[in-house]
Amino acid sequence: MEYFLTEEQKTIKSLARRIAEERILPVRAELDEKEEFPWAIIKDLADADIFRVFVPEEYEGLGGGCLELCLVVEELSRICGAVATCYAVNALGCFTLIDYGTEEQKRKYLPDIASGKKLTAFAVTEPTAGSDVSAIKTTAEKVEGGYVLNGTKQFITNGGEAEIYTVIALTDKARGARGASAILVEKDTPGFSFGKKEKKMGIRASVTRELIFRNCFVPEENLIAKPGMGFLLTMKLFDHSRPGIGSQAVGIAQGALEVAVDYTRQRIQFGQPLISLPVVQDILGEMGTQIEAARALVYAAARMVDSGAKNVTEESAMAKVFASDMAMKVTTDAVQICGGIGYMRDFPLEKMMRDAKITQIYEGSNQVLRNAIAIELRKRRARTE
Amino acid sequence: MNVVVCLKQVPGTTKVKINPETNTLIRQGIENIINPFDTYALEEGVRLKERFGGRVTAISMGPPQAEAVLREAISLGADEAILLSDKTFAGADTWATAYTLASAVNKLGQYDLIICGRQTLDGDTGQVGPELAEMLNVPLVAYVSRVEEVADGQMRVQRLVEDGHEVIGTPLPAVLSVVKEINVPRLPSLRGIAKSKSAVIPVWTVQNLGVDQSMVGLAGSFTKVIKIFFPQRICQGEIFQGELENQVECLVGKLRDAGLV
Repeated sequence: MEYFLTEEQKTIKSLARRIAEERILPVRAELDEKEEFPWAIIKDLADADIFRVFVPEEYEGLGGGCLELCLVVEELSRICGAVATCYAVNALGCFTLIDYGTEEQKRKYLPDIASGKKLTAFAVTEPTAGSDVSAIKTTAEKVEGGYVLNGTKQFITNGGEAEIYTVIALTDKARGARGASAILVEKDTPGFSFGKKEKKMGIRASVTRELIFRNCFVPEENLIAKPGMGFLLTMKLFDHSRPGIGSQAVGIAQGALEVAVDYTRQRIQFGQPLISLPVVQDILGEMGTQIEAARALVYAAARMVDSGAKNVTEESAMAKVFASDMAMKVTTDAVQICGGIGYMRDFPLEKMMRDAKITQIYEGSNQVLRNAIAIELRKRRARTE
Repeated sequence: MNVVVCLKQVPGTTKVKINPETNTLIRQGIENIINPFDTYALEEGVRLKERFGGRVTAISMGPPQAEAVLREAISLGADEAILLSDKTFAGADTWATAYTLASAVNKLGQYDLIICGRQTLDGDTGQVGPELAEMLNVPLVAYVSRVEEVADGQMRVQRLVEDGHEVIGTPLPAVLSVVKEINVPRLPSLRGIAKSKSAVIPVWTVQNLGVDQSMVGLAGSFTKVIKIFFPQRICQGEIFQGELENQVECLVGKLRDAGLV
């Protein structure tokens, strides 16, 4: 399908593909097996300016937007969904800073993020607050010159490896969700430590850790936007980042389809290649169609985000929900048509199936997002009554 | 440190077909790439520049389309690139090639180091680097696997020899030919690609270089390819029969008879 990408977008996509094939492919099984954070690949991505893609030009970035980010994430995910997570979460960790940070904050942090020297992370989830983001308990008490953080964040991607954290904490407990604020916390701040590293089903080369705050003081200038805006900023952030999860799902599914096509072409059963069997063709044809439909939806949502549209909740949720459900189905079918070999850990499909699962869960479970889409539908109908 | 890196555009495969009538490569439908050994030369040049400052100039002799490898060199860190292209350069053997490259290096003027790949993927001779050093009258270290130290107009390098490494000191300027063990070449960067797209790559011809036409290309070549052919594959096998011990005895006997053990 022709998506009319610009020359620059094509260059970004093809370089990301080259890095994925030359640097990630040879080590992806080992990274998965050892659950190792891929620092060498992060350096390759940094050297190739791939972290500059989503940072504005004024701060040493290349000024790309959501679509450029999606192109990179899709290509990395085609080879390894875990490495793609390690990369993509940096956008999540700094979009709030880019959109709402002060000039000083941006000057201080963004050049190092653009060069890939410092990784970032975003921390909202807590033991008691998953889909119910408003149930967070971590506090940021106002003191002379800054805030003192106390509490524990859970399941934080890039936790422990990132240098810069955007943390959502309550600056006004009494006001609940309206008392939450976004605060930048640097890695070596006293009172800030890391808990256990989670053992995951998929995306195992990405790290997921607890962040622990015990009387952790951060200066006033680390607050992003105004106190009380944390919840709103989080919702806006996810609206902008969800097409990225969609592109991760598209990439994983694309990778699985290619493996399935290659294998079914060379596997002979009943005297002919599997791909000649109508039953296999039916499944492969459906896989290809679903992937292309998801890709079109993801790119369209990403372009809408980049257009500066005010409300993209519905479109970005649709892109994420559709693409992630598609990826789970496609990777499952890929394992199925490859049969026994598809189930083996020496073959890449089972990893792709494990990696696909998370895309249905994180950055808003698909069920919660369908609710959000329905609420938008209801609101729109109400406006026309 | 000003470094000149010599690059060649070659067919990106080892499975080229030969036209049986003309004894030349069939280049149609084959993607052209930077000679893989030259990518190590370029990477080492860029690394030296990053450590010691200076500039990296990539040069290549070839048809107009060889400009593509020079653009790629810029995306990989070269500061500038020059294409040596002229119809009379065509058909050059290693001597005429080295002569043309040496003329270009002389025209460039001041340089500290010239780096070449150990050999090309297509010609496979490994002669151009050494000939270039001879023509420029500077020292040569071939098969360099590591640059140990650069200081005070001197350089100490390791070179790969059959049974180990030699450590060699040389004054600069010098010519190095490098092996793939020397580094892992980087991938291009997005900024580098943007730079390479807009870079102006001068083309130097016979006139620009001020060389004698009889010294370049086919006219300046001492060697001529008379015939290219695929060696005939001869496979002869013998399968020993009987008990395992007898088989081993037979095998050892045969190897002894052949003077192999």
